[in-house]
Amino acid sequence: MNKGIDIYKYYSEMEDNNILLAYKGEITSKVLTSLLDIVEHKLDKLSEGIKVKKTMFNVLVECLQNLYHHSTEFSVLDIPNSSYSHVIVMIKRDIDEYTIMTGNYILSTNVNTLKTKIDKVNSLDKEELRMYGSKVLAHDGFSDKGGAGLGLIDMARKTGQKLGYEFLPINDKFAFFNLNLKVTNKS
Amino acid sequence: MENLTITGTAKTPTIEFDYQTGNLNLKGRSIPENSLEFFQPILNWIEDYTQRPQVTTIVEVKLEYFNTSSSKHLLDMFKKLERLSNNGRQVTIHWHYDQEDEDMFEVGQDYQIIVKVPFKLIPSASIA
Repeated sequence: MNKGIDIYKYYSEMEDNNILLAYKGEITSKVLTSLLDIVEHKLDKLSEGIKVKKTMFNVLVECLQNLYHHSTEFSVLDIPNSSYSHVIVMIKRDIDEYTIMTGNYILSTNVNTLKTKIDKVNSLDKEELRMYGSKVLAHDGFSDKGGAGLGLIDMARKTGQKLGYEFLPINDKFAFFNLNLKVTNKS
Repeated sequence: MENLTITGTAKTPTIEFDYQTGNLNLKGRSIPENSLEFFQPILNWIEDYTQRPQVTTIVEVKLEYFNTSSSKHLLDMFKKLERLSNNGRQVTIHWHYDQEDEDMFEVGQDYQIIVKVPFKLIPSASIA
């Protein structure tokens, strides 16, 4: 046997932190569908209200599709170590809120652009965000990857909260991007 | 011209575009990763339709979920119909939403402002 990792330690830690879902690896179209399916079933089982279920589902779709498109970009870049295209997704359930946490590698050269987009979204209040969203929808050139940041705007609108984020420098070429989204569950 | 019928999946909506009646129905979920791939045939059909439209066109949109990339294509579709309306044809868009789904109502309002076509927001008990 390998020098074992303590699986029970991981299990307990996730249990103590009320982790509803944890996934690490590649995001393919199939994986994406399965994750959505799992979360939808879990939310049904927890008898969450329609508002929470809809918000969670919508926000998760945008998060996972962002990850999916970034992974695809990476596979095209011909990066030798394929694990750079892998991601982590976790959902934590607390008494009055859910937290969706995602992590993925991004090129260091893209950090500033992404940071600017998120800061812009976070600087707007509810009504401004709505107007900005409409403007981007109506006027910006189309990108199938939602490059205009429509996904980020939508996440902020649907959750009604600021987007939490962090960029960890990894090496010359890569940073690790962590996005944290809160979905309130107060009736 | 022929009708356009596409069976819905877990990620894509059911499409029932009836040429004779001018009733264009979209129903279900629109959350594909590659939304252009899904919407291209739909946009093509609408483009053809606007070349030889019926006097009256009614679009019924009953979406439970849609992603932001689909939202762009929905707008493209509405814009094509807007041109039809500018040419003197009668076009009405019915945006159905679950009465408990404030977000879907709000997005409907956003489209209502952007698209210059009679655009009705219709609440219903549930959309599945």
